[in-house]
Amino acid sequence: MSPEVNRVNHFKANLIRIVIPACAVVSALLLGAVMLGTLGANPLSGYVTMFSAAFGNLEGLANTAVKSIPLLLVGIGICIAFRSSVINIGGEGQMVVGALLASVTALAAPDLPSVVFIPLVLTVGFAGGAVWGAIPGALKAYFNVSEILSTIMLNIVAVQIMNFMLRGPMIDPEEVARGTRIPQTARLPENTDLPMLLDGLRVHLGFLIALLAAVAVWVLLWRTALGFRLRSVGLSRDAARYAGIPVKRSIITALAFSGAMAGLAGAILVFGSESHRMVTDGSSTGFTGSAGFNGIVVALFAGLHPLWSIPSALLFGGMLVGANALQRALQVPSALIIALNGLIVVFVVSSEYFRQRVQRGREVAQTLDEPAAGVAAGADPQLERVVE
Amino acid sequence: MNDFWTATILVATVASGIRLATPFLLASLGEALGQRSGVLNLGVDGVMLLGAFGAYYAVLKTNNLLLGVAVGVLLGALLGLFYAFITVNLRAQQGISGIGIYLFGLGMSDLLFQKLVGTPRPIMPFAIVRFPVLSDIPVIGEMFFDHSLIVYVAFLLVPLFTFIINRTTYGMNVRAIGENPEAADSLGVSVGRVRYSALIIGNSLAGLAGAALAIELGIFQQNLTNAMGFIAIALVYFGAWRPIGVMAGSLVFGLVASIVLQCKTLGIIPRSASDLAAMAPAVITVLALVVVANRFRQPAALTKPYIRGQ
Repeated sequence: MSPEVNRVNHFKANLIRIVIPACAVVSALLLGAVMLGTLGANPLSGYVTMFSAAFGNLEGLANTAVKSIPLLLVGIGICIAFRSSVINIGGEGQMVVGALLASVTALAAPDLPSVVFIPLVLTVGFAGGAVWGAIPGALKAYFNVSEILSTIMLNIVAVQIMNFMLRGPMIDPEEVARGTRIPQTARLPENTDLPMLLDGLRVHLGFLIALLAAVAVWVLLWRTALGFRLRSVGLSRDAARYAGIPVKRSIITALAFSGAMAGLAGAILVFGSESHRMVTDGSSTGFTGSAGFNGIVVALFAGLHPLWSIPSALLFGGMLVGANALQRALQVPSALIIALNGLIVVFVVSSEYFRQRVQRGREVAQTLDEPAAGVAAGADPQLERVVE
Repeated sequence: MNDFWTATILVATVASGIRLATPFLLASLGEALGQRSGVLNLGVDGVMLLGAFGAYYAVLKTNNLLLGVAVGVLLGALLGLFYAFITVNLRAQQGISGIGIYLFGLGMSDLLFQKLVGTPRPIMPFAIVRFPVLSDIPVIGEMFFDHSLIVYVAFLLVPLFTFIINRTTYGMNVRAIGENPEAADSLGVSVGRVRYSALIIGNSLAGLAGAALAIELGIFQQNLTNAMGFIAIALVYFGAWRPIGVMAGSLVFGLVASIVLQCKTLGIIPRSASDLAAMAPAVITVLALVVVANRFRQPAALTKPYIRGQ
């Protein structure tokens, strides 16, 4: 087969890889339109309201960028884990632990200049998430404990530690004095406030950090030996073991990096917040706003690619901003978006079946044309290999 | 006098522990059945939330508890059907699609609640069902025979499920398909049909668990379950996929929760420390997972979609 034909085939394979998940999202959005209609809102004006609020003006774009930060960071962490064939559902807990340790550091440390202070607290957040990710990694590697379960359990543990800390030792003394007892820390030192990137817009340094992190994760996965090892383990644990790759250590590393990204997301959520405090409401999603779960949606939609995760995170961040506008303009509860995200996950994951069918059909056709061509299309093993 | 109070408190704690264990027990029995057939459902919490809202809303409108329970079960069954379609027919990734179901239930129940109800209004709780003679036994009677019907139903399901899974043809098919679907298929057992039924029954129980929770509390609010469904999944591992083990795990969770609650009301521990105590079950579960993972084997086909001829 000529290289020309090969390139066309490769292009077609890539096209299928994009078109089918896109179809899944469109069908989920159509279902969302039905839901909007049922709730008594005009679906078209509903989506127009959402879209224009999120992307229609500078202020909206800035809000979208800010909302997309935790989604992007958790999402690229998910890319690392899923590419290495470990499932990380612990983004929620890793965010909480990262944020909590970073807040403790900010409150305990002497007042440093912000050039030192901001990197310090963010690094602590990164490290906190890494530890909270490495625990299920070690449990999986050495005790054969399913990481799906241990990450979920550690979410619960992290939330309870947070509730304890924010209601007890770390509570804002003013909340106690006033008797309102909202579980939140005191105003964190001003030198830890993330600086704004542009005058008059709310978008802060965290957005830049998230973008850089996405590039860094791409480099890590595709341009370093470590990334090669992780992806090899993801594709086939046995083959990786035969090749001499330390599988156990790779599993721990993957979950640690994945958790670190979520921990960084948590820290940025605190220091980039308008109140400059760590706040919760006592419920399991009170601090994160489900970003630890929604990051999975972002990564899946991006085909587990860190760079594609950037537009994906902006899209889903925009949906969150749009949802608030929807609530104000059309009295549609913003919870609609969480439900819609759930449908998108289900649809995108299910669409993998159709992608494989289309691809298999093409391969059969090619094999008939030319016996050796079947290999060229190369089925993308990323999703079907994630769960053992 | 002091002894009398201690005894009363002890009885009340055990009784409330049994009550609190009920939703865990119902949800994790259902999840255990699904996992025995080889399908992991991480969406239990979302199913519980929708079941809870459905039951709450039905009772709010009609004041009919039975109807409320039925609505909860029905919603669970529908979600089970949907989940079976995407995992059996479309062979979707079980570890991830379940999270989609969870997010859907979390958002949808909140959406419906805000749109249809708005401000929380209490509904009537379950009536207490007392038995002649049994309920009058001191201590034992108050602990075990002073509950609502749903509590008895949940605990009676334990021997029933043990019997079904171990002693009936259906249960044998479920186990065979969870261990070796190829072999079961070659003997003419329909893998798809058994997984469908297991998931529909399992999710109905999750819906029932939500209904039981909402009616027991008499209210609904956003994220009412607060990750209880995820604990229910862990309890399946904790109980090593056996109904009796699942029951033991549920009771541990219920009792720990009730002791924490009791200590809080009695002022033995400050409010903030109770948060710390509340994480004990999750920590215990992680430790239990280590033991279970090494001593008991999970169903061999768990999370693996079945494709004939592969």
